[in-house]
Amino acid sequence: MINKVVRDADEAVQDIPDNAVLMLGGFGLSGIPENCIAALLRKGVKGLTCISNNAGVDDFGIGLLLKTRQVKKMISSYVGENEEFERQLLSGELEVELIPQGTLAERCRAGGAGIPAFYTPAGVGTEVAQGKEVREFHGKKYLMEHWLRADFSLVKAWKGDTTGNLIYRGTSRNFNPMMAAAGKITIAEVEELVPVGELDPNQIHTPGIYVQRIFQGKHYEKRIEQRTIRK
Amino acid sequence: MLDKVGIAKRIAREVKDGMYINLGIGIPTLVANYIPANLHVVLQSENGLLGIGPFPTEEQVDPDLINAGKQTITMLPGSALFSSAESFAMIRGGHIDLTILGAMEVSENGDIANWKVPGKMVKGMGGAMDLVASASHIIVAMQHCSKDGASKLLKECTLPITGLRCVKRIVTDLAVLDVVPTGGFKLLERAPGVSIEQIKNATAGKLIIEGEIPEMTF
Repeated sequence: MINKVVRDADEAVQDIPDNAVLMLGGFGLSGIPENCIAALLRKGVKGLTCISNNAGVDDFGIGLLLKTRQVKKMISSYVGENEEFERQLLSGELEVELIPQGTLAERCRAGGAGIPAFYTPAGVGTEVAQGKEVREFHGKKYLMEHWLRADFSLVKAWKGDTTGNLIYRGTSRNFNPMMAAAGKITIAEVEELVPVGELDPNQIHTPGIYVQRIFQGKHYEKRIEQRTIRK
Repeated sequence: MLDKVGIAKRIAREVKDGMYINLGIGIPTLVANYIPANLHVVLQSENGLLGIGPFPTEEQVDPDLINAGKQTITMLPGSALFSSAESFAMIRGGHIDLTILGAMEVSENGDIANWKVPGKMVKGMGGAMDLVASASHIIVAMQHCSKDGASKLLKECTLPITGLRCVKRIVTDLAVLDVVPTGGFKLLERAPGVSIEQIKNATAGKLIIEGEIPEMTF
């Protein structure tokens, strides 16, 4: 059985170079690779391109890497709730590419699935369509969009085994499965790492073939952006 | 004139039994509170859940369960979880029966602008472009005019477009209107106490008025 276990986040990210293209799973602050982000901060790697649905908040998630100017470019669908992000965008320090959320998800999926391009109706007639091929199918217009792939994908799962099989929990699954498949090297951090054979094969969301490194993360904060309670 | 809750209550009357529905952030989220209990509908959250339940109690709060507005939520019996790719596959594939979302502007041919104000902060479109490009039925919840009194129901949108010719029905603080295929806002209902004259004055695009226009009922 192939053993993909590394000791911790620092070992997992040790060979991520400056200017790497990264995918980071998560929606808002749910399902983000907290331990890997902390390790990237400690490592001080710079010039990163981060493909992630959101950009974290000022003091958590990718927001931490923005504050230390380690990010050169963000590719995201929604980047509100982050003042440092806004400042860097308006001053031109940060490149930003905004992509419709479904297109972002499908571009990641296509990258992992070996589909170099596809057509989607999202963005037809908008500024997203600039420079893209428009083609009509069955009387409706579609945009051609290209796959996205990453040098390293950093994903977070609930449980994983030593061969890299992953199970997510709740809505923290989000972008993690597609990004796991679209990374040349995929690093999975999990809340609970178990020996091979302990996960039910019927329940695996991400098969281990997509995962090159796995470790059990520490001290998950799992911060909540909008704690909303029933009245 | 309706407040936000009034708009949400009126839109709730558009909901039919058995529908799968995507609710946007803001007034659309409020609609869930006014769907009659005898209707069985399933609410979709584009971050990967069908079957959104009520907000949690303090004890039920779970950081792994949030909606597209990043609010904590609960699940219901029959809920299903999936990835973002699967979520937008069901949106693009036309499986969602009703999409309710907010807008900054709507044009008389059904174009919608709701994601960007140039020169101000650009937060991104999130899932809005995917939703409006594929939804079979879109209802927009919005204020008829901006805070300075300018109409938001226009001949052509002035803000960057989210999607072309997609809005079917609009519920504002003043009226219910349909966008007709040949272009124009067809007035269907007036908000309580609002005159046709007020609606005319507040609508910059082509307004179509045929016959008696009833007052909304709830």
